[in-house]
Amino acid sequence: MKSNTRNLYLIPYVLWILLFVVAPILLILYYSFFDIEGQFTLGNYKKFFTPVYLRMTLSSFWYAFLITAFSLIIAYPTAYLLTKTKHKQLWLLLIILPTWINLLLKAYAFLGIFGTFGFANSFLELIGIGRKQLLFTDFSFVFVSVYIFIPFMVLPIYNALEKLNPSLVDAARDLGASWWTTFRRVVFPLTLDGVKSGCQAVFIPALSLFMITRLIAGNRVITLGTAIEQHFLVTQDWGMGSTIAVFLIIAMAIIMVATGNRK
Amino acid sequence: MDKNTIIRFEHVTKQYDDDPPVLDDVSFEIERGKFYTLLGPSGCGKTTILRLIAGFTEPTEGNIYFNGKVINNVPPNQRQVNTVFQDYALFPHLNVFENVAFGLRIKKMKESEIEVKVKEALRFVNLEGYENREINEMSGGQRQRVAIARAIVNEPEVLLLDEPLSALDLKLRTEMQYELRELQRRLGITFIFVTHDQEEALAMSDEIFVLNKGKIQQSGTPTDIYDEPINRFVAEFIGESNIVPGKMIKDFLVEFAGKQFECVDQGFHPNEPVEIVIRPEDLEITKRDHGKLQVRVDSLLFRGVHYEICCYDQDGNEWLVHSTKKVGVGDEIGLHFDPEAIHVMRLGETEEEFEKRLGAYHEVNHEK
Repeated sequence: MKSNTRNLYLIPYVLWILLFVVAPILLILYYSFFDIEGQFTLGNYKKFFTPVYLRMTLSSFWYAFLITAFSLIIAYPTAYLLTKTKHKQLWLLLIILPTWINLLLKAYAFLGIFGTFGFANSFLELIGIGRKQLLFTDFSFVFVSVYIFIPFMVLPIYNALEKLNPSLVDAARDLGASWWTTFRRVVFPLTLDGVKSGCQAVFIPALSLFMITRLIAGNRVITLGTAIEQHFLVTQDWGMGSTIAVFLIIAMAIIMVATGNRK
Repeated sequence: MDKNTIIRFEHVTKQYDDDPPVLDDVSFEIERGKFYTLLGPSGCGKTTILRLIAGFTEPTEGNIYFNGKVINNVPPNQRQVNTVFQDYALFPHLNVFENVAFGLRIKKMKESEIEVKVKEALRFVNLEGYENREINEMSGGQRQRVAIARAIVNEPEVLLLDEPLSALDLKLRTEMQYELRELQRRLGITFIFVTHDQEEALAMSDEIFVLNKGKIQQSGTPTDIYDEPINRFVAEFIGESNIVPGKMIKDFLVEFAGKQFECVDQGFHPNEPVEIVIRPEDLEITKRDHGKLQVRVDSLLFRGVHYEICCYDQDGNEWLVHSTKKVGVGDEIGLHFDPEAIHVMRLGETEEEFEKRLGAYHEVNHEK
């Protein structure tokens, strides 16, 4: 009787998962076996292993790695300082605030800032470096992506640091550890879970970025995300788009398992 | 300065912002190889003293000396003291061996030497064979021992213990009191133990500092402090006591509860108002007519070792008696006590004045 009612409660969730998680994945898998004429084929998978797509995969991973690494380098000290400030909640809110603004709007804002006559170039001219091509470069792509992803890195690290028992830091200092050793041997290992969740929250979406690649990097950077978008919207080759998506899903699953918590 | 002095506080004040000071102009000396206890209620400043010695915080005013050198701004990792924390602060990501080896690894000691030292430290605290256990597999008492081993393996000159027994159950706590005392004797180093538990302090210490509101109220051996508390706070905080107002008629004669009694205290002004302390175990139940005081039993509580009997005299003063004799509630009984059982406290006397007065009449006694 009791377990029956519990099963009743589960129905909406099971339906949700079936409709919006399992079905789309199966559909993607299904489409990946058809070519542009609607014929069954394994050709899409063969095509994926050609140098064009492999290079694209490699560059996707490389940029996702760069974005994650820079986010981490900026976010960890930020989160650390955040735990030491007086008005933690206020500062945290200020860091989360940009995520409430639409991604497209933020991208367009950067078009203005990095443009030939934008704020960034005026500043460069002012300090005597002169106008530079900023937009449509690797730099601007990574810069804007890092800017967008930082809150997602800060939050889990901040939570992990907040959970850290401060007397452990005292204990390490007491046993003769310098600040750096204390960080390396105690603080960082104990906040590793937060770092891992942060990296997952950044690396996986960064792998399939597409809008920013076009707007900020001017399609100079072609990632798997861009490729999927192009196949679905421009070349109408849904089969190839799905195949790339299948590989992306596999890659994400591997990353989730690899960085997952052992507990 | 005495060669035996290892730590000295000179007019140390610690204050956060505009709050009242946590420590207010505190001065004292700690000698080598003794067991010290900082005793007081929570918020009295005892943990602050420990944190100042360990280097986790700096004094607002005054100087702290270690082996004769000012160490106010020396960071904790450069001090020859180690701490056993209240919550043990063991590193959850390291096993028992690595926790104990933490300090040695920082000193870049050879692996073989580390192994020998860690094993020795673990043997010292009766934890042989637990090297590869994870911290979350250890019980509270075992964690406590790991924390002690982790501290003493670094061979500190002073070991600081911040209420390390408060998380243990009563039986384990009593056991650990013996062990800590024994450990201190074997190591021969200075222990500074912080607690709010007066029984713990009395049982373990060579010397006790009783603190309240950021000031040292009294310092001395456990028997000094128990037998001759300087003021109401100390008398009430250490053990149980009957404190009644009285008047010092002249040397060796005191008046309270409407009667005059012979006592052993002197050095007061004639007819000076004072407070009288008599410990409950010094009161003896007799027949009503034989007692020095006549009281009526108000309540009776069985405490195991003794009965705790609460009585009132005709003036309304409460008298707490510890006795193995059983009496009935409402009985009229007499209380007997020796002149030595009466301790007279001068109102508002500082520790310095107290010592001076004690010293003065010790001299008088010697002359006799």
